[in-house]
Amino acid sequence: MGALSRRVKPGHPGYWAAVLQRLSGLLLALFLPAHFALLGAGLHSTEGLDEALAWTRSPLVRVAEAGLVTALALHVAGGVRLLLLEFLGWHAIQKSLFSLACGLATATGLLFALNNF
Amino acid sequence: MNRARLETWLWLINRGSALLLVPLVAAHLAGMILAVRGGLSASEILERTRDNLLLAAFYGAFLLLAGLHGALGLRGFLAETLGWRSKSVDTAAAVLASLLVILGGRALWALYHAA
Amino acid sequence: MKSRESKPNGFLEVSIWRGAEEGAFQHFQVPRRESQTVLDVVTYIQRHLDPTLAYRFACRVGVCGSCAMKVNGIARWTCRTHVSAVATTGPLEIAPLDHLPRLRDLVCDMGPFFEKWKQARGAFVPGAVPETGFAAIDPDSPARRQVEAGIECIGCGICYSECDTVAWRPEYLGPAALNRAWTLQNDERDGAHRKRLQAVAGDAGCHACHNQLSCNERCPKKLSPAAAIAGLKRASAVAALKGRL
Repeated sequence: MGALSRRVKPGHPGYWAAVLQRLSGLLLALFLPAHFALLGAGLHSTEGLDEALAWTRSPLVRVAEAGLVTALALHVAGGVRLLLLEFLGWHAIQKSLFSLACGLATATGLLFALNNF
Repeated sequence: MNRARLETWLWLINRGSALLLVPLVAAHLAGMILAVRGGLSASEILERTRDNLLLAAFYGAFLLLAGLHGALGLRGFLAETLGWRSKSVDTAAAVLASLLVILGGRALWALYHAA
Repeated sequence: MKSRESKPNGFLEVSIWRGAEEGAFQHFQVPRRESQTVLDVVTYIQRHLDPTLAYRFACRVGVCGSCAMKVNGIARWTCRTHVSAVATTGPLEIAPLDHLPRLRDLVCDMGPFFEKWKQARGAFVPGAVPETGFAAIDPDSPARRQVEAGIECIGCGICYSECDTVAWRPEYLGPAALNRAWTLQNDERDGAHRKRLQAVAGDAGCHACHNQLSCNERCPKKLSPAAAIAGLKRASAVAALKGRL
């Protein structure tokens, strides 16, 4: 399409909400197999699960966990916003709903991180 | 089934599963925040989950809905961002959903039937 | 004419797309004036600096919808866009709309855009004539209000240019065509509701929409195509549930 269409369009709140919805969803879908594999490690022994859990004690993993919790909370809160738009037509307050979703997700992530560290 | 009807149904399944997942995820998040206090240990987790039919039913429903919802979401991503628009993307999505449910089912079994 | 123009106040740096699919930005200096619109700038260039510049306009008052262009990255109706609102200090970059074949300079082929209006069955189909001879429509009825909300579309193509889903799914009908379809679905005199729903459901139609809401954000008439698309999603889902899609 030539040089023009490669230029990134200036965004706006509704656009960033959609981008975050997709990115968080993608992240969660990729994370689920790892999550299930870890929990499945307890299939044969308690020790198996404990070994897997030991890995989660490194600070880096804890930060990643907080990130995942935030992503999950954001995906759900953002998802509720989408349901409100599509089923109830609350387009007029979509930006307020987006900020509410961001606030809820941040609070959830912090709450998790503070309890986890 | 024609394309329009199929896509409409898949949209309904995606939004329907989303609606049902909202309370489940909220409970999961609350449970997680409470559970991680003082660190996680296998015995602590398994004590809660072993032979707990209610919890198994909760996570069983969670798993089926998340498998559907996640596979449909990935299908959209594959079609739009990676340009995979032939019918094989539907098969890929079905395989993804099955994989998620099988892996998750194995984990559920491990937690419920823990020794 | 000249005497009625305000005194120039410095110069505007303007880059304009020249060429078709392949091309480059060409640089111009245009006298900055009070109350100047982006269309005024383009017209100035064509009349005084380069008569070969191709662009479209007709009414100059925001009715015809023919002068839409991308101004500093955002599609706008250039006749109603003041330069002072989009480029207070910096340069002005003017380009043709996205997602449509570029014919020359700022002119796109709008054919595919209106072709999709046809595919969405965007034309009124007379239904059965009521016994009274004419349909009495309550202006306050919910359906009539839905029509009211979307009927002022001027077909400028701005929403189509701004929509990422159009880029991702080239067969996607786009916000304007779907908005038009929704006004007709709410027109009780129309007799093609079911066929239209079949035409607009699915991944080339309303269900492809991701609610990025660029259509709502950028529509110069402040319409809400996304709300119309949501209406179509609900209506076709209900039809599918009843086995009527």
